[in-house]
Amino acid sequence: MIEVRNVSKSYYRDSLEIPVLSDISLTVPAGEFLALMGPSGSGKTTLLNLIAGIDRPSSGGVVIEGTDITRLNETDLARWRAHHVGFIFQFYNLLPVLTAFENVELPLLLTSLSKKDRRDHVRTALSLVGLADRMSHYPRQLSGGQEQRVAIARAIVTDPTLLVADEPTGDLDKTSATEIMDLLERLNSEFKKTIVMVTHDPRAAEKAHTARHLDKGELFE
Amino acid sequence: MFVLKLVLKNALRHKLRMVLTILGVAIAVTAFGFIRTILTAWSAGVEASATDRMITRHAVSFIFPLPLAYRDQIATIPGVESVSFANWFGGIYKDPADPNNFFPRFGVDVETYLDIYPEFILPADDRRAFIAERSACIVGEKLARQHNLQRGDLIPLEGDIYPGKWEFVVRGIYRGKDPSVDETQMLFHWKYLDERITELQPSRSGDVGWYIFRVSDPSEMPRIARAIDDRFFNSRASTKTETEKEFQQSFVSMSSAILSSLEAVSVIIVGIILLVLANTIVMSARERRREYAVLKTLGFRPFHITGLIGGESLLIAVFGGGLGLALTFPLSQAFSQVFATLFPVFRVEVETVALASLVAFVAGLAAALVPTIRTLRMRIAEGLRAIG
Repeated sequence: MIEVRNVSKSYYRDSLEIPVLSDISLTVPAGEFLALMGPSGSGKTTLLNLIAGIDRPSSGGVVIEGTDITRLNETDLARWRAHHVGFIFQFYNLLPVLTAFENVELPLLLTSLSKKDRRDHVRTALSLVGLADRMSHYPRQLSGGQEQRVAIARAIVTDPTLLVADEPTGDLDKTSATEIMDLLERLNSEFKKTIVMVTHDPRAAEKAHTARHLDKGELFE
Repeated sequence: MFVLKLVLKNALRHKLRMVLTILGVAIAVTAFGFIRTILTAWSAGVEASATDRMITRHAVSFIFPLPLAYRDQIATIPGVESVSFANWFGGIYKDPADPNNFFPRFGVDVETYLDIYPEFILPADDRRAFIAERSACIVGEKLARQHNLQRGDLIPLEGDIYPGKWEFVVRGIYRGKDPSVDETQMLFHWKYLDERITELQPSRSGDVGWYIFRVSDPSEMPRIARAIDDRFFNSRASTKTETEKEFQQSFVSMSSAILSSLEAVSVIIVGIILLVLANTIVMSARERRREYAVLKTLGFRPFHITGLIGGESLLIAVFGGGLGLALTFPLSQAFSQVFATLFPVFRVEVETVALASLVAFVAGLAAALVPTIRTLRMRIAEGLRAIG
């Protein structure tokens, strides 16, 4: 499903090159639940961004389901992301002026679905995360755990094959974190979603099938 | 539809900032519209000029008189139709310190003047009464309203250019054919003026301020002007003949420094509108970097982001511009009432409304330009790290 081939990534601050990832190779089979762990600055989020197609490597390739996404132009890459990837962020990243329903509906606005079909999809996604009764609530009216569940509903509403989660429990209390991890586990086991998750939390990583460690831009077993 | 909905929701996120920005734009647009109205009013005489009328005046300045005898000679020039003449009277009405007591007073050839100026609409009875009485005068509707003048009222004037105490009886009130006609003038018999001045200062007898005449073919105006000026070239008063528009333009040109300054101020105001708007839009776009990054992550395209930022900017510009224009009308109305005689034709023209709307619209677009480019160039990963 996911093949990261000899990927390196550097950032430039003025003329100074800052290497973040060095010659990373990684294969993630379909249906896998992978946890990427490592200290701050190790390059976990950068690797996740490369897999999700929201950043580009300095060298190497990222092939997802046979498509080398590093060769796609910005327009095609945006379209690819919309069709294939669901995103879950540490700070939920919901639009505060939209209700839970409208936030979940966002990715569907880029599809050709009718308004009725969109409504059905959104209701299904929100029911799946247990928030069918919170559809008209704004993010400020929800708890952190509920916000993250809305974000998960947004991530799955287009039924993508790949979910990427960047510290999904990093901003949550223990109970909410457990609920979110149970939900991700269910999405992986019941709905066969491939999940790549960045986390600091060993308890969260326990839910994953595999954990890989990054340190100073290098990947370890 | 989604973009429009989100634009509206975003615009209302900081209501105070939104209201203050709209008010800032509105005040600037009001100032812009008002200044443009002053500029238009200043050249209202030029715009209202007839295309078939010409003026012959003294070659040195229109304050120097021409002999009455020129009238018949001008009439003989081929292409010249009916000839009339007028004379600036001056005089003081009531308290000279009150600018409203200053209004144009002309001694005119009553038999011909109103035929040359068909835009002055005078009822037939008024016209007959005006022509029949030597000390009669007519006044414009606006002037009559301003000084509460009725038919039969006396207008006493203290002479300055023409000394003595003068009294005129209002025998008619004219109105303009359209709003561009000056309704603040007072017209009376030149013969009345000439008779009295002949007694007081015989040397000024038969003096005329300027001649006005119609031409049968406007394309012949240059030839006619040359023919008249050549005819009087070696006379005691050489002449300058020009179109009515050029004649009016010469008055406007006297104030060119003021007009240029007003033009410059109006351009500065456009800059202020842009800065007020740009400040808000830059702040908004900066605060929402992470949200735009999320939208880009989800697959939203550059035109969606452009629509969100540009739409919000245009929304503020349209509301601010609309409010500003709405305020321009009562402000101009109040100004025209206070300075009715200084600006006889003072109204917000359609061109001014169109220009102010265009300025607000273009400022709306321009204000969004830089934040939009910056947001589109922003890397998603960088945007996701942004803190509001």
